[in-house]
Amino acid sequence: MGEVKLIATTQSLFCARIQWALKFKGVEYEFIEEDLRNKSPLLLESNRVYKKVPVLLHNGKSFPESLIILEYIDEVWKHNPLLPQDPSERALARFWAKFSDEKVIFGAFGACRTEGEQQEKAKEAALESLAFLEKQLEGKKFFGGEELGYLDLVVGWIPLWLGVMEEIGGIKLLEEERFPLLHEWSQNFHQIPLIKECLPPRDNLLSYFQASISYHRSLAAKKP
Amino acid sequence: MSESRDVKVLGVWASPFVMRARIALNLKQVSYDFLQETSFLTEKSELLLKSNPIHKKVPVLIHNEKPICESLVIVEYIDDVWTSAPSIFPCHPHDRAIARFWAAYIDEKWFPSMKGISTAQGKGAKKAAIDQVIEGLVLLEEAFVKSSKGKPFFGGEQIGYLDIALGCFLAWLRVSEKMHGVKLLDQAKTPGLVKWAERFCEDPAVKGVMPETDKLLEFAKILFAKMRANLPK
Repeated sequence: MGEVKLIATTQSLFCARIQWALKFKGVEYEFIEEDLRNKSPLLLESNRVYKKVPVLLHNGKSFPESLIILEYIDEVWKHNPLLPQDPSERALARFWAKFSDEKVIFGAFGACRTEGEQQEKAKEAALESLAFLEKQLEGKKFFGGEELGYLDLVVGWIPLWLGVMEEIGGIKLLEEERFPLLHEWSQNFHQIPLIKECLPPRDNLLSYFQASISYHRSLAAKKP
Repeated sequence: MSESRDVKVLGVWASPFVMRARIALNLKQVSYDFLQETSFLTEKSELLLKSNPIHKKVPVLIHNEKPICESLVIVEYIDDVWTSAPSIFPCHPHDRAIARFWAAYIDEKWFPSMKGISTAQGKGAKKAAIDQVIEGLVLLEEAFVKSSKGKPFFGGEQIGYLDIALGCFLAWLRVSEKMHGVKLLDQAKTPGLVKWAERFCEDPAVKGVMPETDKLLEFAKILFAKMRANLPK
């Protein structure tokens, strides 16, 4: 099937989902760690438009953008399908993936990095978006049903990354009482060996978000 | 065909995103009911609020009473369901990934830069916004040359996913050019796209749904006046 390489960082939640997908399919790959403060010629050449990670390299071609990479992986390695077979289920999975990336991630990060009144507003919006995700788990163990699927990998950042953001931001979003299904899903998700294998050390993430959230807060403090 | 029995598109005639769903259905020769939101600027219908409670936006495709939301998700769904008709997506996973990449670029970067022209305050900001749109079109020209491989469309001999993703904006592009007295799709910088645009608009799947520029221009003037009135002072 050709050599597979992944240009990524261990801390990025967008990169983690690609590693999970490749392991789920049993695909061997080379992990190329990128220093985002000093971007390599390989990254700049492979992702000329955005210059971001992750980028999948396969058969001499490069594929950026994590959701697109996930679909590519599912189409090339057809065993253990990630996306559902039924067209309307597929459409739903794609819809929720987009929603998760546009509203949940940035909503949650927005709530964690702001302070005071702004944080209250951002928290409300973040909780609303989490509630929509909670509903998708009704009657299911995973978003994909009995087994892991595409949407589980897409929202797989929640158990670790959200917890770290909350800790640094001094805010609790994913309360067990309010989101019992997401809470249970988080625990089931993290017990899966291929998921655990690709998680970055929590301390690394804590340092990263400490720096990021402090920076955002200092910028906000400077505004008139 | 049993799949065609109950197909509705909730939308507005002026929306490029709604056009995507309609073009895709036309390409597959699927008949559908076009349910127009008549008071779209002021009030959303109950059916829309019920079918898309998350975003409350058009288009919504309702197929056998199931709502599908988000225009690019809808186009993929249409291609997944009506498989006997010509494919909207390319066959090869690599080409599919490229089509998805540029469609996402159009929605996440290029279209917001188009909107930026109308909201830019002052000559300098306006020029910067226009330059950004043209830069994006130059990138898309490159993508067109690579994807089409000398054929008429991004999708090859026929209109495909990426043709739909970009082509739906052509009427708004022309409106922008008229409103701001500027050439965005330019023979010098984007010759391939200029010819592609003509072919796209002439295609039978597109002709009935692409708004006339003058009608859209009148609509745009009303829309922008309303938006300006709603801006915080």
